[in-house]
Amino acid sequence: MSGRRAHLVLSDGTVFAGQGFGAETVAVGEVVFNTCLTGYQEVITDPSYQGQMVCMTTPHIGNTGINEDDIESARPRLTALIVREVSRHVSSWRATRSLPDWLAEAGVPGISDIDTRLLTRHIREQGVVHAALCTDGSLNPEQLLARARDFEGLEGRDLVREVTCAEPYAWAETTDSPWEPVASGELPEPVEMERQPLVVAWDLGIKYNILRRLASQGFRVEVVPASTSAAEVLAMNPDGLFLSNGPGDPGALHYVTETARQLIESRVPLFGICLGHQIIAQALGAETYKLKFGHHGGNQPVSDLAAGNVQITSQNHNYSVLHDDLPDNVEITHWNLNDKTVEGLRLTDRPVFSVQYHPEASPGPHDADRLFAEFVHLVQSRRPAAG
Amino acid sequence: MPRRTDIESILIIGSGPIVIGQACEFDYSGVQACKALRQAGFRIILVNSNPATIMTDPEMADATYVEPLTVPYLEKIIERERPDALLPTVGGQTGLNLAVDLAAAGVLDRHGVELIGARLESMQLAEDRELFKNAISQYGLESPHSFLATTLEEARGHAETLGRFPIFIRPSFTLGGSGAGTVHTPDEFDAKVSWGLRESPVGSVLIEESLIGWKEFELEVMRDGADNFVVVCSIENLDAMGVHTGDSITVAPAQTLTDRELQRLRDQARLVMRAVGVETGGSNVQFAVHPETGRVVVIEMNPRVSRSSALASKATGFPIAKWAALVAVGYNLDELTNDITRQTVAAFEPSIDYVVVKIPRWAFEKFSGVEASLGPQMKSVGEVMSIGRTFKAALQKGIRSLEIGRNGWGPLEGPVTDNELEDLLRTPNRDRLFAVYTALERQWDLETLAHMTGFDIWFLDQMQQLFETAGRVSEADAESLREAKRQGFSDSQLAELLSRSRSEPWSELDVREARRQQDIRPTYHQVDTCAAEFQAFTPYLYSSYDEGDEALPTDRRKVVILGGGPNRIGQGIEFDYCCVHASFALQEMGYETIMVNCNPETVSTDYDTSTRLYFEPLTREDVLHIVQREAANGALAGVIVQYGGQTPLNLATDLERDGVPILGTSPASIDLAEDRDRFSDLLAELDIPAPAHGLARNLEQALAVVATIGYPVVVRPSFVLGGRAMAIVHDEVDLKTYIQAAAQVSPHHPLYVDQFLSGAIEVDVDAICDGRQVVIGGIMQHVEGAGVHSGDSACVLPPHRLSANVLDLLRSHTHRLGLALRVRGLMNVQYAIQGEDVYVLEVNPRASRTVPYVSKATGVQLAKIAAKVMLGSTLEELGLTEEPSVNGFFVKEAVLPWKKFTGVDTILGPEMRSTGEVMGHAPDFGNAFAKSQEQAGSPLPVRGGALLTVNDQDKPDALAIARELHELGFRLLATRGTAAFFRAAGLEVRKLRKAGEEGRTVLEAMEEGQVDLVVNTPKGPRSRRHGARIRALATRLAIPILTTMPAAAAAVTGIRALQEQDADVRSLQNYAIAEPVP
Repeated sequence: MSGRRAHLVLSDGTVFAGQGFGAETVAVGEVVFNTCLTGYQEVITDPSYQGQMVCMTTPHIGNTGINEDDIESARPRLTALIVREVSRHVSSWRATRSLPDWLAEAGVPGISDIDTRLLTRHIREQGVVHAALCTDGSLNPEQLLARARDFEGLEGRDLVREVTCAEPYAWAETTDSPWEPVASGELPEPVEMERQPLVVAWDLGIKYNILRRLASQGFRVEVVPASTSAAEVLAMNPDGLFLSNGPGDPGALHYVTETARQLIESRVPLFGICLGHQIIAQALGAETYKLKFGHHGGNQPVSDLAAGNVQITSQNHNYSVLHDDLPDNVEITHWNLNDKTVEGLRLTDRPVFSVQYHPEASPGPHDADRLFAEFVHLVQSRRPAAG
Repeated sequence: MPRRTDIESILIIGSGPIVIGQACEFDYSGVQACKALRQAGFRIILVNSNPATIMTDPEMADATYVEPLTVPYLEKIIERERPDALLPTVGGQTGLNLAVDLAAAGVLDRHGVELIGARLESMQLAEDRELFKNAISQYGLESPHSFLATTLEEARGHAETLGRFPIFIRPSFTLGGSGAGTVHTPDEFDAKVSWGLRESPVGSVLIEESLIGWKEFELEVMRDGADNFVVVCSIENLDAMGVHTGDSITVAPAQTLTDRELQRLRDQARLVMRAVGVETGGSNVQFAVHPETGRVVVIEMNPRVSRSSALASKATGFPIAKWAALVAVGYNLDELTNDITRQTVAAFEPSIDYVVVKIPRWAFEKFSGVEASLGPQMKSVGEVMSIGRTFKAALQKGIRSLEIGRNGWGPLEGPVTDNELEDLLRTPNRDRLFAVYTALERQWDLETLAHMTGFDIWFLDQMQQLFETAGRVSEADAESLREAKRQGFSDSQLAELLSRSRSEPWSELDVREARRQQDIRPTYHQVDTCAAEFQAFTPYLYSSYDEGDEALPTDRRKVVILGGGPNRIGQGIEFDYCCVHASFALQEMGYETIMVNCNPETVSTDYDTSTRLYFEPLTREDVLHIVQREAANGALAGVIVQYGGQTPLNLATDLERDGVPILGTSPASIDLAEDRDRFSDLLAELDIPAPAHGLARNLEQALAVVATIGYPVVVRPSFVLGGRAMAIVHDEVDLKTYIQAAAQVSPHHPLYVDQFLSGAIEVDVDAICDGRQVVIGGIMQHVEGAGVHSGDSACVLPPHRLSANVLDLLRSHTHRLGLALRVRGLMNVQYAIQGEDVYVLEVNPRASRTVPYVSKATGVQLAKIAAKVMLGSTLEELGLTEEPSVNGFFVKEAVLPWKKFTGVDTILGPEMRSTGEVMGHAPDFGNAFAKSQEQAGSPLPVRGGALLTVNDQDKPDALAIARELHELGFRLLATRGTAAFFRAAGLEVRKLRKAGEEGRTVLEAMEEGQVDLVVNTPKGPRSRRHGARIRALATRLAIPILTTMPAAAAAVTGIRALQEQDADVRSLQNYAIAEPVP
């Protein structure tokens, strides 16, 4: 590697010296690690990583370059990418460019050739840390340490504002047939409806694959900005409502929580994923709390109590729902087998359910894709074809 | 669902002897299954014909049967033990096939035995390509376009439908893909199809669209009864489609697929499991992916643990076989705890933060006449696995783990033209990796190389990076050294590069010193199943040159055990068995044991065999680093080098020089035993006879030596092990021919010329010496005469034809040799007995190949006792003061890879070529021998035709054998000379012609099924051709063939025994309580 010298400095003073790639700049953020073996392009474009530097634990990153299709939003979202080794040669029949070029163009810096396992273990022991990265030689490690210490952190910040869409838009793209997922278990029987059902999705930082999966179920999909009120949406006469994934602290999103409260009362079927799940839980009176280092990977085992089995799930979150304060009409439907955190809930008296993990995968296994079929089924069952 | 309570006892079938395609990975998986199921409270009945396994240790099961893996024997065992269930999925294809046969024969129904872990239909479906193809196509999955044919005409029609060559041909139901191949012309097509139709046990071949050049991937998956499904590991083959996966260099995890592409394979693997109906257990699904379109084709699936699943387990820390066994008895994956993290459950997919490379090891040098190119039929005899933070580091470590004289990735040896180089790149072969280096030296570009090799360009770019790094190592400065070490370069490799670039000699030690000065040291990292997300409690480690170190050596007293590296002929599972026993024994003594090995197939590299495991190459540098790291805390008693075969032994002197304490017999004593001159002097001092011998550097000297010794002589180059290039020479013409050839084998070393003791009986003695006394573990008499490598000869314990006087001499010699050589631990002595004279052939003060066999026969665990002796216990303290008695007879038979290497002459000689062994036991020698033959895959006939064709010197012995066969009711057939000799003695015999002569030939009679037994001895090296054709045909037709007179005599004894009484079965545990011999 004959790249540029780069430094990553943690707020506790730990310094990692490596090579810079991507943009030449200085970046400051919260560092998390992701254990997915594949799917760096999806990770990089996932808006939920807003404000975060992501350390990929798998050592070779960039092998298959960047293609036009495997994106979760229009551009790279994370603050910086941290890898053991970045590939200089791309090999894939679908690739159109290399990872470093793409990041450079998007203004996102990366650092390679550091001991990513050491950094990962550090985060595992100490929890998420703040860090500053310099890839342009403008700041020395001491200056970077000061920047890292000055970083205000992500707690209590509304990061959704930074990633949500400015205007409502319609989404039509479905999953291309070669990539149609195979979920675990049996799918519910489809029910005829008199018209194509409409789902309205709040964009809290929504991943494209959620939209593709909703569209693939036969939904007409409308996406609205995070600040859109319940009344505005209910006026569209939707068949289903959706609260998306997104970055940061759910505790800072009082306005979305308030919307959710009204949506639950509307009795229109509501489905939430990740941040959307946390918002629904908050709307039901639960607290959320920050995990030590979160769940970021594609191998999290989730126990599905109804199905009586385990699904290997894709996850990306730093906050979790405390179930102690949930009212009696809330049923916990899924648990994480690693740390026994809440992974899913549903209401016994309302058509509402949500999961902490990502059934749309991307990256990760498709075990839980069935939830999209269950959502459309819920919608269909409430508005079956006339007669 | 929790553990089933409706079954209490489970029968487990092992995979039998080590053969190409089925090695010790099934001992590893079987041991895991036995341990897990016994812990869960089940009674385990185990059957395996291979005594060199850990799984057949009596404490691994409740009843252990070392018996033939055939339906009749299994039925006897089932009758006796009445198991509730049979787990057929941990014994390789052998176990699976046998389970299918048992079901088909009605044995399972008859005795109410339930198949668990795999349903009968699933096993049949996965094995039958046509059924498989139909089943998966119902789930929308693609197979290569293919057609089944049962006649040549039918096959030709299918070839026309496919429309173009190459075409792939695959005979149905052959082990390890034997007989499969790609053809490029109609002639090749006809020949291959005809061969396949003959070889296939069901007489059919598959005519298939060729996928040569496609990317090849495997997924190791698991499913439980609740439909929990996990992918344990993805594996990418560096060698594109066209090379058997067992012969491919493979990489884990897959490196050149996007998430979408990989998840598509995962989804398809799930559908394959459903289609085949695998409800619980581990399976392996293989895919081909078109490199330009991404089209995915399912190649095959194995509904059982496999070589790949063993690799995946070692690569990730996820114990597939253990958990496959537990889900088979009702557990769900989420009910099983991950031993490594103690916090997570088995229902998860490992994430790994390193790269694993597996490289096969071949033994072509042992089999002249075998084509060294690689294809769909597996030819490798072993493999190494290496772990590095990057592919580059893992590749370098893998290459030096192979022990093929390379210290890392480098160019081809010897000059090649561009055309030759292109050929080496295009045709898969074992040197292709090195041809890439040479091509880079010639500045061939990556696209060209990718096109020629079919290697993905990403891997080629990684190799180019290594090549560039090698070019940059011109100063031993900190930066370039550190970079090179991070990429896996060894010190000795760097020494070569520095010597070249700086035109001054650099040694490995110079590089070591340069690193020391710049503080460049390896760090160790844990294999933890989770990429550091959770804390790991199992110290399973590999090295890299990073910042963090997780070795954390404890402050306990500890011993390092060096394993045997890759399996090869002459060094295989027996040595792994010994290493594992050393580890168990020393843990019993309270030591922490630290295993170092790089062979993923083994029990020694299971994460819970030793206290700590370093998955590392067995080189001086790598071992020294581990020793230094471990010695940083606690008390390191030393290193055991005598248990892993030649590999660690070769390191002993260097390690000792580096200040590493060597336990047991000192390297000086080991050296003395190997140094012929000094050893001769010692024998003379002790007044122990040895064959006369001399040393020759050229033909004149050789003739002079022979003048004093007399023909026949054994000749071999010095310092060549395992009988390589050894020959028995009967006259001057042979000697000249040999010396011309030998000069090329090892030009700088003289030739050993030894007296050959014609007609001698060879004997192996295994013993333990503690410095005060020598106790013999077992005396084994070879069945084959002198001249056949001890590893290829059948042998019997106790000796059945030695006089009391000879036995006394053997004991006394062994005793005196052990004390004189100051042996501490195991020793093996080889003797030749001529008449009443006892000659010492060699002494090996280390573990021998026969230790597990002797231990199984006597019930005395020699390797464990000797390990304790090495750490200071005395034999008296350990309670072994007398040679153990043996209850009945135990015959070990060698298993040879003739089926895989067609065209190789099957005659046994001084060069070892067997891959594995079996053990037959019975109260009498005849039945024990007969069992051993059945276990080795050539059961003795009890009636029919016996063909004898022997050389002149064997004719008198052959006559006696013929008489007995006649008495036993056999029809006798013989070639002209042998027939004339028999007739002259009044025996009725049918005369057959040799091939090529007028009239009915031997070969025709064999083809027609008139021959059930062949006795054939060669006529000397220059007139072997006729015999070779008979031997080749016998191998192909699976007619038992005996190529020495003693073996033929043993066979006759065996046949008589079979006729007199039906052989019984008995468990090893039953031997231990010493049933009276009937």
